[in-house]
Amino acid sequence: MWKYFCKKTIQLMIVMILISFFSFAIIYFAPGDISMMYISQDMTEEQKANVMAELGLDKSMLEQYIAWAGRAVHGDLGVSLANKASVLPQIAKRLPSTILLMGCSFLLSLILAIPLGLWSGYHKNTWIDNLISSVTYMGMSIPSFWFGMLLIILFSGIFHILPSSGMHTVGDNSVLDTVKHMIMPCITLSMGNLAVYIRYIRANTIGQLSEEYVLTAEAKGTSKGKILRNHVLKNTLLPIITLVGMNLASLVCGSFIIESVFGWPGIGSFAMEAIGKRDYPIIMAYVMMSGLILVIGNFIADILYAIADPRIKRGGTESGT
Amino acid sequence: MNHLLEIKHLTVSYFTLSGEVQAVRDVSFDVRPCRTVALVGESGCGKSVTAKSIMGLVKKPGKIRKGSEIIFEGTDIAGFSEKEWNRFRGKQCSMIFQDALVSLNPTMKIGKQIIENLDNHETGLSAGEKRQMAIDVLKMTEIPDAEACLNKYPHELSGGMRQRVMIAMALITNPKLLIADEPTTSLDVTIQNQILRLMKNLQKKLGMAILLITHDLGIVADLADEIVVMYAGKIVEKGACREIFYHPVHPYTQALLSSVPRLDERGKQKLRTIEGNIPDMTNPPDGCAFCDRCPYAMNICAQYMPVMKPAEKHENGGNCKAGEFHEAACWLMDKRAGEKV
Repeated sequence: MWKYFCKKTIQLMIVMILISFFSFAIIYFAPGDISMMYISQDMTEEQKANVMAELGLDKSMLEQYIAWAGRAVHGDLGVSLANKASVLPQIAKRLPSTILLMGCSFLLSLILAIPLGLWSGYHKNTWIDNLISSVTYMGMSIPSFWFGMLLIILFSGIFHILPSSGMHTVGDNSVLDTVKHMIMPCITLSMGNLAVYIRYIRANTIGQLSEEYVLTAEAKGTSKGKILRNHVLKNTLLPIITLVGMNLASLVCGSFIIESVFGWPGIGSFAMEAIGKRDYPIIMAYVMMSGLILVIGNFIADILYAIADPRIKRGGTESGT
Repeated sequence: MNHLLEIKHLTVSYFTLSGEVQAVRDVSFDVRPCRTVALVGESGCGKSVTAKSIMGLVKKPGKIRKGSEIIFEGTDIAGFSEKEWNRFRGKQCSMIFQDALVSLNPTMKIGKQIIENLDNHETGLSAGEKRQMAIDVLKMTEIPDAEACLNKYPHELSGGMRQRVMIAMALITNPKLLIADEPTTSLDVTIQNQILRLMKNLQKKLGMAILLITHDLGIVADLADEIVVMYAGKIVEKGACREIFYHPVHPYTQALLSSVPRLDERGKQKLRTIEGNIPDMTNPPDGCAFCDRCPYAMNICAQYMPVMKPAEKHENGGNCKAGEFHEAACWLMDKRAGEKV
């Protein structure tokens, strides 16, 4: 287990270096930079050069990267070029609202997907399965920004039941208010995930139900419900752990589209803004964070899988991989 | 004669896209208490489907046809509801399967899987009692260190151990009938022998009947009391074990017996095989299904189905003792056949 852990950590470091280098390069080579905000038409060439030097934009890409990386290793992700404030606290400030929204939608989709997927797989090719399946196909193919706007038009524009954007009404800090603001983005976010999870769980359930051990359980006189609950459920959910691990990144990084559509003050909309302004330090911090969480998420999923599935645990301790 | 299980005119069909496959056609045989009946035949002859019918495990698109009777201790179980089946399976009648690795849930501990059978049928017991019973039954199957075994997962055991676990799981409720569907096919020969002897011993100890399903006549010789030979969904010959082995009447039984490799035959005897394949069961032949492969086939064989008849006094000189029987379905048994051949 320890050897496995070290190997994963080294892997993680290599991946992070590669991610940071390439994302830095992409931003560097992209046309336009932050200096546009500071340089105006009537500045002299000298003034322009001064601004560039002040922002550190006159150096070569490699020099800029090394300078950034050197600071990043020490935990200093730099100052935003747009508002001169330190990057880290800005991100930290927005993190809770993103985690709240993404966490809720994630739980919602998982809680709904498990019973629906199981039910659908158990009643394969009946009308109930066909109904659930066609709804999931719709869920997968409807673009989320469109669905989000549809909800806003319906519930904010026509019925006036739910607020259309933001996280709080000004001057109202009650939980109920936040919940009201969360309903629509939560539903929009869950829809896509829910559909994917249901398809996945349904397919797994069908696969597991055709396994011989189900027949053995039936031969013991175990009822259908108990077979689903005690035998099939666990084996069906094992592969879901991997899926969940991959989703961990979006839990922290938020969603560009949904946060923008609903004006949610989270990481996603923050990064979106930074991209618009070519604010490297923030973009880099964002990219590094999502990369790190993605790799860590997969790592956690691997470990959870090993704990949940006894067949892997043995392989891990014997060969050390 | 009192019977534990009587199967009368069992007919099972599978309704597939390419038509109705008649997996089992009008099969009738009995199992007496504490006796072992071997159901023998090659792959696809319907022996597993017959076993599944007794357990109510015939799944869609399979269907037990009307007119079939499966009588267990006087009750017709063919018409059981799901609830009645759940009470019956595992308690009155248990089943073990061919490949114990896939037949055990890979992510559930052995102990839990064994105790599950008790959970289903013996609701009055405490957790400790159930655990003790599981240990006892595992000890009966001669598993080393039964107690530690409860906390293991199936992949941590060897093939033979897994099959012992399957047997323990099936027998913990003390069933009256044990159906063993190819219980030794996935094991190597020495383990096969151990498992078969174990089953024989446990049968004596617990007093249950065994329905042994196999394609291997070699393993039934010293285990079975009676043998039922199936071909293409029908019974072609049935009778006391000794009768079938020494005085087989049906050409198919004879061919099966001669294809068992023997150690006592000297010289470089080639392994005998039965030429050809079983007929297409979506469209079974009118006459005897073995006709195409039968070396003694006559004109009548292709046209009319032979019926089961007692074969007590045939030319091979077989004679049944009291309480034994021997029947076969073959036109060669007809008196007229001898004149023409």
